[in-house]
Amino acid sequence: MYKIRDHIIVNKEVKKMELKQFKNSVWNDAIDVRDFVINNVTPYYGNDEFLVGPSERTKKLWDVCLEASKEERQNNGVRSVDTEIISGISNFEAGYIDKENEVIVGLQTDELLKRAMKPFGGFKVVQKALQEHGLVPSNTVTELFSKYVKSHNDGVFSAYNDEIKKFRSLGLLTGLPDNYARGRIIGDYRRVALYGIDRLIEAKKEDFAGIEGPMSDAVIRLREEVSEQIKALKDMIEMGKKYDLDLSRPAQNAQEAVQWTYMAYLAAVKEQDGAAMSLGNVSSFLDIFIEKDLEAGVITEVEAQEYIDQFVMKLRMVRHLRMGAYEEIFAGDPTWVTEAIGGMFSDGRTKVTKTSFRFLNTLYNLGASPEPNITILWSNSLPQNFKNYCSKVAIDTSSIQFENDDMMRTMRGSDDYGIACCVSYQALGKQIQFFGARTNLAKTLLLAINGGRCENTGTQMVEGVEPLEGEYLDFDKVMANYKVAMKEVARVYNDSMNIIHYMHDKYYYEKAQMALIDTNPDINIAYGVAGLSIVADSLSAIKYAKVKPVRNEQGLTIDFEIEGDFPKYGNDDDRVDIFAHDAVEDFNNELKALPVYKNAEPTMSVLTITSNVVYGKKTGATPDGRAKGVPFAPGANPMHGRDTHGAIASLNSVAKIDYKDSQDGISNTFSIVPKSLGASEEDRISNLSATLDGYFSRNAQHLNVNVLNKETLLDAMENPEEYPQLTIRVSGYAVNFIRLTKEQQMEVITRSFHDSM
Amino acid sequence: MRVHSVESFGTHDGPGIRMVVFLQGCKLKCLYCHNPDTIDTHGGKEYPIESLVKRAVNMKSYFGEFGGVTVSGGEPLLQSKELVHFFQRLKEEGIHTNVDTNGRVFNHFTEELLDKYTDLVMLDIKHMHEDGYQMLTGQKNKETTFNFAKHREASGKAMWLRYVLIPGITNTPELLHEMGNYFKDYKTIEKIEIQPYHKLGIHKWEALGWEYKLNDARENTEEELESAVEILKNYFKEVKLN
Repeated sequence: MYKIRDHIIVNKEVKKMELKQFKNSVWNDAIDVRDFVINNVTPYYGNDEFLVGPSERTKKLWDVCLEASKEERQNNGVRSVDTEIISGISNFEAGYIDKENEVIVGLQTDELLKRAMKPFGGFKVVQKALQEHGLVPSNTVTELFSKYVKSHNDGVFSAYNDEIKKFRSLGLLTGLPDNYARGRIIGDYRRVALYGIDRLIEAKKEDFAGIEGPMSDAVIRLREEVSEQIKALKDMIEMGKKYDLDLSRPAQNAQEAVQWTYMAYLAAVKEQDGAAMSLGNVSSFLDIFIEKDLEAGVITEVEAQEYIDQFVMKLRMVRHLRMGAYEEIFAGDPTWVTEAIGGMFSDGRTKVTKTSFRFLNTLYNLGASPEPNITILWSNSLPQNFKNYCSKVAIDTSSIQFENDDMMRTMRGSDDYGIACCVSYQALGKQIQFFGARTNLAKTLLLAINGGRCENTGTQMVEGVEPLEGEYLDFDKVMANYKVAMKEVARVYNDSMNIIHYMHDKYYYEKAQMALIDTNPDINIAYGVAGLSIVADSLSAIKYAKVKPVRNEQGLTIDFEIEGDFPKYGNDDDRVDIFAHDAVEDFNNELKALPVYKNAEPTMSVLTITSNVVYGKKTGATPDGRAKGVPFAPGANPMHGRDTHGAIASLNSVAKIDYKDSQDGISNTFSIVPKSLGASEEDRISNLSATLDGYFSRNAQHLNVNVLNKETLLDAMENPEEYPQLTIRVSGYAVNFIRLTKEQQMEVITRSFHDSM
Repeated sequence: MRVHSVESFGTHDGPGIRMVVFLQGCKLKCLYCHNPDTIDTHGGKEYPIESLVKRAVNMKSYFGEFGGVTVSGGEPLLQSKELVHFFQRLKEEGIHTNVDTNGRVFNHFTEELLDKYTDLVMLDIKHMHEDGYQMLTGQKNKETTFNFAKHREASGKAMWLRYVLIPGITNTPELLHEMGNYFKDYKTIEKIEIQPYHKLGIHKWEALGWEYKLNDARENTEEELESAVEILKNYFKEVKLN
């Protein structure tokens, strides 16, 4: 294995400690994990040479997992499902992979890769998912949910109006969490390890006592929620007992700290099946316990790595029961166990510890993998050794993503945050997020061209949009109409969000996660948009070339003829990049003007997951020359093949989208062939680090990095079984390439690979 | 300046990440040229210098500690006068500058460019012998290149050598030792880059309707590359396969 050469260590803080005790501070009196970390962490500036390979026990366990994963793939993506037990924090008995080799225990159900029913999100979805595998829920469960229990999905559809349903079915809004769990809430799982559950219950009881009348809706609701949280905490203690663990008290050593943290996370994924169930920012917290045990001579590096390897292995084995249609939006059976690693403290020290390296090392010890979704919080001030190790891991595994720590930390206010789902900042234990899927901005532009009608069906979607006449599209008229359409789409989008989150709280409240979060946290409502590059290029075509609409007998524009050339998004050309910037700003402003459930703060993302393919399918031809049905570019990426001025120009265009207008994240996926990154491994590492420094210093927010040859992907399509762990980054997350549909695989392959020489 | 094309993520032409400006026009016609479409001095497109400076400035954050701008070609020094202006502007912007040259042009503009504004010269040593030089480049007088190297050495500023390794033509141990001996005392040479001969440019020759005369040459084996590296390591601080 190639080792990174040591860099000169700047700002080296060698804290030689006698046998270490935790330093006491605010965290002793209040629930404040950040304070504990700040006062006890040992930042690490060295290189990766201390890392060790997997233990024998770890290898044995991982072999079992690989075999089980293979069986899962061979069995149509699902190894087994329990059709009797409704999943909950302590509803399943203990399950093991191979008990004698497990140093970190716990499974979602009583068997490896056995999935569980979580019907409170939507029972029909559970039925459908089971039916696709030739199964049915037990009679008891069926009777309960068809006669007596109302689910989140039932709730939402009992309140939806026709307008929302129309927007949903015609593809203006896609992926709404109205029949599955919203996810995106990150419990501060570290709390269980640091405080033990008894102490957490005590704190929640104090909070509860302080929530007093007059008994308004909000106060009653909060009192009920905290009661639920206390119940969940008690339930977690029961869950621990099934594994002979006493979670009521704090963790007392490194192994327990890892185990307790995992148990807290496990409670969340037993209770909820949110689209994204992030882990948070646990590595440097765990490092404090590991350092303490290493120093006391109780463990060696082998055990330290073993805890992390086995923890990560468990995270890789998390599964949810999904129906096939879910694949269209979130392909590859993702769980988004997103773990944020690195970044800086507000006091200028780095958050990087040896355990940051140990987490990344699991990608070698266990091989590449999409989960956990490892996200590097990149700062220009990160130790160069860590930067280069991250670059090396990205080059070797294409499994990690990068986000701009300098920008998020300073603009959003906390240095203790995780990444919700793919790319979104979330202060840990202090803040939550309501997930809002996304709307189709390209289709919104077509409403502006078609008098507010759907370009495919002619259905009137929004009122007040003047029909366009004349041979060529007039830029000013299109723009004026587009603003009207955006306002209307934002209104319907906001209506649907308010209903969804009201119902989710009511029928599928995340009591386990919320129990590990402050009682009255800040809330973001996370809207999203798709089709940004299409909008930018279309407006550019209308302005700088001549675009002739081709209308059918109904007067609907079904195609466009473009005369002349026009600047395209992705080439660092301000003339067109401004359209992308403005579309985000304008739509965000429309959303911000609307009232939100629980007074959540609206934030927006430019992120598509893999829904860029299905969005494309539902969208007619666009004025940029894209034909009907063709996939959109993912996230904020330029359209495939239109970024002709090289990788940096492409990155620069995306960096112009202002994070202030898109605080939920701006996803960009950068794929490059290894040779283009440099002639030697050392060059490639150094060039990728420089690229990340360069991109983020321009206030860009997110970058997925794939370093792969197209030929590898083509071969993997032909011979999937030879590539069981081939991982690639798509918009905001990573997937097992072989678990994508053929269509999605082809879309990934045609996407811009920067390979010019 | 007459420009053939601009590469915004150059990682093989100088240190770090570079904007590589391929200038149009060259007086040589090397048999293995992989950019034959840059040879014609009348081709290419006129670029205003300021537009190139602006592009470089937009890329500056990616250059990091090592990267910058490389002018390649074609033979960039044919446009030395314009380059003086270009590089002067780049230096004002704090950007590292690099010329990739065959070292056959030398006039007072070249001298000003090299001595005042060029951080790094990459000098292409075609062949150590006059007959080999003529056979490969179609031009006489390899000495001009050597004089160019002498000038750079005297200026005390950084230089890399580049050497295209062609089996049977430039890879004999005698030639490699001879080159090593010739340059071994040069203090400004930081490294030599071996450019393994490849045939990727052939389709461009065909597109131009030109005959590709090096059809008999073949690409290097791993062993040939390794043995060339081993020999050159005796003479140079760093030998790199590009």
